[in-house]
Amino acid sequence: MERLPRWADVALVPLVSLTLAFTIAALIILAIGQDPWEAITVMVQGTVMDAYGWGYTLYYATSFMFTGLAVCVAFHAAMFNIGGEGQALLGGLGVALVCLFIPWPHWSLALLAATLSAAAFGAIWAAIPAYLQAKRGSHIVITTIMFNYIAASLLQYLLVNTLKPVGQSDPASANFPDATHLPALNDIPLVNLFFTKPVPANITLFIALGMAVAVWVLLWHTRLGYQIRAFGKSEPAARYAGINPTRIIMIVMILSGALAGMMAVNNVMGEAERLLGNSASGAGFIGIAVALMGRNHPLGVVLAALLFGFLFQGGAELGLWTKIPIEMRIVVQGLVILFTGALDVMVRMLLGRIFAAFRARAEGAA
Amino acid sequence: METSAYAIELKGISKAFGPVQANRDINIAVPRGTIHGIIGENGAGKSTLMSILYGFYRADSGQILINGTPTAIPDSQSAIRAGIGMVFQHFKLVQNFTVLENVVLGAEDGPMLNTSLAKARKSLTDLSREYELDVDPDALIEDLSVGHQQRVEILKALYRQADILILDEPTGVLTPAEADHLFRILKGLKAQGKTIILITHKLREIMETTDNVSVMRRGTMVGTVKTAESSPEELAELMVGRKVLLAVDKAPAQPGDVVLSVQDLRVRDEAGVERLKGVSLEIRAGEILGIAGVAGNGQSELMEALGGMIRASGNVTLKGSPLPLQGPECNGQSRREAGVAHVPEDRHHHGLILDFTAWENVAFGYFNDPKYQKNALLMDNAALRADTARKMETFDVRPPIPGLAAKNFSGGNQQKIVVAREFEQDPDLLLVGQPTRGVDIGAIEFIHKQLIALRDAGKAVLLVSVELDEILSLSDRIAVMFDGQIMGTRERAATDEKELGLMMAGITGKGEAA
Repeated sequence: MERLPRWADVALVPLVSLTLAFTIAALIILAIGQDPWEAITVMVQGTVMDAYGWGYTLYYATSFMFTGLAVCVAFHAAMFNIGGEGQALLGGLGVALVCLFIPWPHWSLALLAATLSAAAFGAIWAAIPAYLQAKRGSHIVITTIMFNYIAASLLQYLLVNTLKPVGQSDPASANFPDATHLPALNDIPLVNLFFTKPVPANITLFIALGMAVAVWVLLWHTRLGYQIRAFGKSEPAARYAGINPTRIIMIVMILSGALAGMMAVNNVMGEAERLLGNSASGAGFIGIAVALMGRNHPLGVVLAALLFGFLFQGGAELGLWTKIPIEMRIVVQGLVILFTGALDVMVRMLLGRIFAAFRARAEGAA
Repeated sequence: METSAYAIELKGISKAFGPVQANRDINIAVPRGTIHGIIGENGAGKSTLMSILYGFYRADSGQILINGTPTAIPDSQSAIRAGIGMVFQHFKLVQNFTVLENVVLGAEDGPMLNTSLAKARKSLTDLSREYELDVDPDALIEDLSVGHQQRVEILKALYRQADILILDEPTGVLTPAEADHLFRILKGLKAQGKTIILITHKLREIMETTDNVSVMRRGTMVGTVKTAESSPEELAELMVGRKVLLAVDKAPAQPGDVVLSVQDLRVRDEAGVERLKGVSLEIRAGEILGIAGVAGNGQSELMEALGGMIRASGNVTLKGSPLPLQGPECNGQSRREAGVAHVPEDRHHHGLILDFTAWENVAFGYFNDPKYQKNALLMDNAALRADTARKMETFDVRPPIPGLAAKNFSGGNQQKIVVAREFEQDPDLLLVGQPTRGVDIGAIEFIHKQLIALRDAGKAVLLVSVELDEILSLSDRIAVMFDGQIMGTRERAATDEKELGLMMAGITGKGEAA
């Protein structure tokens, strides 16, 4: 296969893939008798053209950054953590317990404790499949998927039987006390000059960005990250170098689970302010696509999370303002995943040929 | 058909992979009924050329003539139809099929197998008689020795009526006796008018078996000479482009104290089969102990057990202190801390992370080394790069770019990166496995010199190699492994190839107990 220049590899390939995905999405919208131009206008208007739209796009993006980073970290050790959804659900439980049962004097302390608790709960939920993989050889993909279902059932059970306040009908916890209310972007000085209306995006965004930096430092500037990447590239070679596989699998999955769990700070504490049964709402799975599209690099993950935040919010806008059903966003997401993930090689080969042709012509001219 | 004296003529063959010109304007003519050698360093383009001939690649330009007729070979089926048979370095046999089934595979006459099998059985019997290719047609491949498996590959080609047989590095996996047998077969085939192309990097084989030899260097054909009128020195010089020292220059060893003592080392594989059956040996400071043997007789297990990669039982001491063979303490890190450096047999699988850069690979196994740390938390990547640049200069790694991914270096330079990393650790014991496998002659010379220098600096060296020549030229003492045991140990000066060859086949030379 022809080698691509680096800029084409990181920028052009995803751009072409995205264009293809959106083109096909437009054809589908056309096929259901709607106007694709109207659709894209509504999507852009409702997501990035004003502060209010950004407030939602960034809110979703924050969640996807956490789950995307979770998949990214694990992937570097060749662990495919599909359990982000379950780990995020358990993270929500961690957040809820901290917020409901400890009286907090100030939101900042509550945020710190809730973040640690969410990370711990997510980590524990990832540690069990990790142990089974490291010690028993049960495949992490299978076990993490199963743990998603267990997490959902566990949460449902706790909500219905334990956490639901007496007299409430829907399976959800009580509302968190006001002291645990996190500042939204419109509450933060200077930032509120831009975000004048209340938006769901909140201070957790900065934690997510901080985590992206932390993951980058971890993977490329620490001994542990070095061992994680070495193990991920070649397990036999890691054995030669004396890298302990059990240790790496456990550490990397605990980190991954912690990151996925932390997502709950954004949605459970930052937005819903109570624990709901389906609090993760698919963000765990979208994290896989985000990591895939972000090339498992923290910066790529942040950018891809923004794109998926745009798709998520834009899809909601479609359902709200057009006759296009909200499910269309799943179609668009699916197409984006298909083209940026599965058909990536196709686009790459195509571009490779084009580049080779140009190169040959340039050489011919020279 | 008999229009040309040449079985194969290649005219102006060129092939590029992206910016890399693998073959450039290659011309070669192979007279019918001869054995024609093709030699060249790694990456010289031998394999590409043969892949073009066998239809795996298409040449960008040039012409192939078979028996004087221009022939297009777009795929391997066409190559077979043109009468070309290929015996690969790594056999393409179905392990749980019989010899007969493997021979017929892909050349069945119709939907029903029985007729094909009966026909194949008859022609197999004829071929066996004719060419000393005796193989039991009903034996399962997995039960055959490597030498016999190779004969099956040759039979497969002959069954497909090959007139031209290409063998790619055929003796890498054979004992000297098996190799001799192979060459007898090849000479028999030649006598029957078959044309044979032999790709190898062993000059001795070229000298012994071929009529003509073509030398390739960096994608071009440097020349074709009559073997009888050439010498190994001349061929080596043609290959490398400069004079090469084939013999290793070394002073007699000055052995010191015992560094490594191994008593009754045993290893079981995952299936519970005992791979090392009680190996005992000793290495002193300032000496090289060479382990000779056909690949797969326990050498790998010995190296991996000593390197802490696999669990073992027995007793191993390094400078008097025991090395752990079991439990979490037995790992590559603790071995390195104890003073064991390890050039693994398989650099692609173990020695390097191919996707990592050269500087990341220089830290491989030594990532805990204080000199690579900035502080308690962060690694000092800049120091690591600088250290890599220095090592690359000392060991003449080309290109000397620390940021280049390991997979983008040639085999010889990859090996130099591993060797630079391990040799520079100032170890007490150096485990060296196949130090020059797939490495070109120029780099071999360099690595051998470095190894001798380490020995002279008082290191204990355990050398495992399937190249008997390499063992003979480097070792001070030689132990032969067969079936997980040491058949015997000889002083280098007191033994020769013949005795070692017998021991490699499991026959003890002088009535010594194994």
